[in-house]
Amino acid sequence: MQEELFTSGRNIPHIDPSLEIWHWPISLYLFLGGLSAGLLFFAALFYILGKDKEYPTTVKIASIVPPIALSIGLLALVYDLTHKLYTWQLYMTFRIESPMSWGAWVLLIVTPISFIWTFSYYREIYPRWEQKLQVFKRFKFLNTVEKFAQDNRIYMAYALIPLTLVLGIYTGILLSAFNARPLWNNAILGPLFLVSGLSTGAAAIILLSKNKLEQHTFGKIDLALIIVELALIVHMIMGYYAGSQVQLEAMELLVNGEFTLMFFGFVVILGLIIPAIMELIELIGFKVPAMVPALLVLLGGLVFRFVMVEAGQITRFLY
Amino acid sequence: MRYAMVIDTLKCVGCSDCVVACQTENDVPVGYCRDWITERVDGSYPNLELELRSERCNHCDNAPCVRCCPTGASHIVDGGVVMVTENECIGCGACIESCPYDARFQHPDGYVDKCTFCHHRLEKGQLPACVSVCPTKCMYFGDLDNPNSEVSQLLKNRKYKTLAPEAGTNPHVFYLI
Ligand code: SF4
Ligand code: SF4
Repeated sequence: MQEELFTSGRNIPHIDPSLEIWHWPISLYLFLGGLSAGLLFFAALFYILGKDKEYPTTVKIASIVPPIALSIGLLALVYDLTHKLYTWQLYMTFRIESPMSWGAWVLLIVTPISFIWTFSYYREIYPRWEQKLQVFKRFKFLNTVEKFAQDNRIYMAYALIPLTLVLGIYTGILLSAFNARPLWNNAILGPLFLVSGLSTGAAAIILLSKNKLEQHTFGKIDLALIIVELALIVHMIMGYYAGSQVQLEAMELLVNGEFTLMFFGFVVILGLIIPAIMELIELIGFKVPAMVPALLVLLGGLVFRFVMVEAGQITRFLY
Repeated sequence: MRYAMVIDTLKCVGCSDCVVACQTENDVPVGYCRDWITERVDGSYPNLELELRSERCNHCDNAPCVRCCPTGASHIVDGGVVMVTENECIGCGACIESCPYDARFQHPDGYVDKCTFCHHRLEKGQLPACVSVCPTKCMYFGDLDNPNSEVSQLLKNRKYKTLAPEAGTNPHVFYLI
């Protein structure tokens, strides 16, 4: 038996007995970042493929979500900083070894593009708003902005493909780069968060779409992504099993501990397996309300971020 | 120049004087500390083994806290001392998550704080506060690059360990065992 005691005045709330520096805003931000990455990736991809007529939700309508989600995510992120007045320091340097620095810069590029992208479709999608608000009449320069955005859509789309992939992977690498937290420290987390982000993006498109073809295609895409995600989760757990003592202990939290119900119940079963089965049934030709699996996938994605962020902080090296 | 600290676990009695000295010297806010005592009990009764040791930031050579800092607030200065620049730190907590020793904390004023090896004292040629007050003289401080320094000699002649070497951080606080 081994026991470790702190006997000094070390009494740091949130560090002893376990570290808890990152709170719900970080989990929320990772979810919204992944979702936005997914949505923008599909918007850019389908635009490049020339499918904007057949897939209006993907390219145009759903594009209203990323600017809002990224803004909320950024606010959440800043809210969790403790030295907020110095936030600008993030943009005084680029640190190639720091995932957080990568994220800060990628967001600085992706967020404005997401605004411009959705703005370029504003008149087309919301003609009634425009009639009421008349923003283009009132602010003449917006016409120039719109024209510029519409002319350069294809370049934005080409830029968005790599940028959204970096954004999606980064949400996972942010965690996996910390070798001090054994639960996070595995190479699968980057791809896993990326796939999960793409899958929540696909689910959001299904949810917003009224077009049968679109719902059907994204049902298929989502199903494929869920299968990949399940495979990656199996991989992750196998990786822990084959890992060192600290990783075995970290894994206990997920498979046989505090977070088991959340992880297997909400993330794996409710958030992945059940929606996959429902989407499969729909593909075979039965009628399933497309809303249900899409909502489950979104919920599962959100819970997944919460589980990983909170459980990871409990795990540590023993010495 | 490579500063290092050597702590003799066989001499430490766990009195926490180093903790109080640090809190006083560095104006550490009440309820926080930059160094602390760990009491480790191994074995099962009646065959118990006790180790007492004073812990702090290890001023790692391969410091993950410096690598992951997005602003460069965490940096390494001459002598290998890992420092945090208060008004470059945004309080993101990445360095806290990355430290295998949980040596860092968020200061109530928002920035991240930790042991500095009493850098302001070193500049004056003094020893870190903790080392200078230890009543059993179990702590040693000096330059590892100098083969004749007390710390180099101790590490040459005694058995020692570092904490969690498997974390790959290459710590520079050594424990004689
Ligand atoms: S002990 Fe922790 S805070 Fe100190 S240098 Fe090493 S990783 Fe950084
Ligand atoms: S909390 Fe401060 S010192 Fe730590 S990583 Fe963030 S900016 Fe750097």
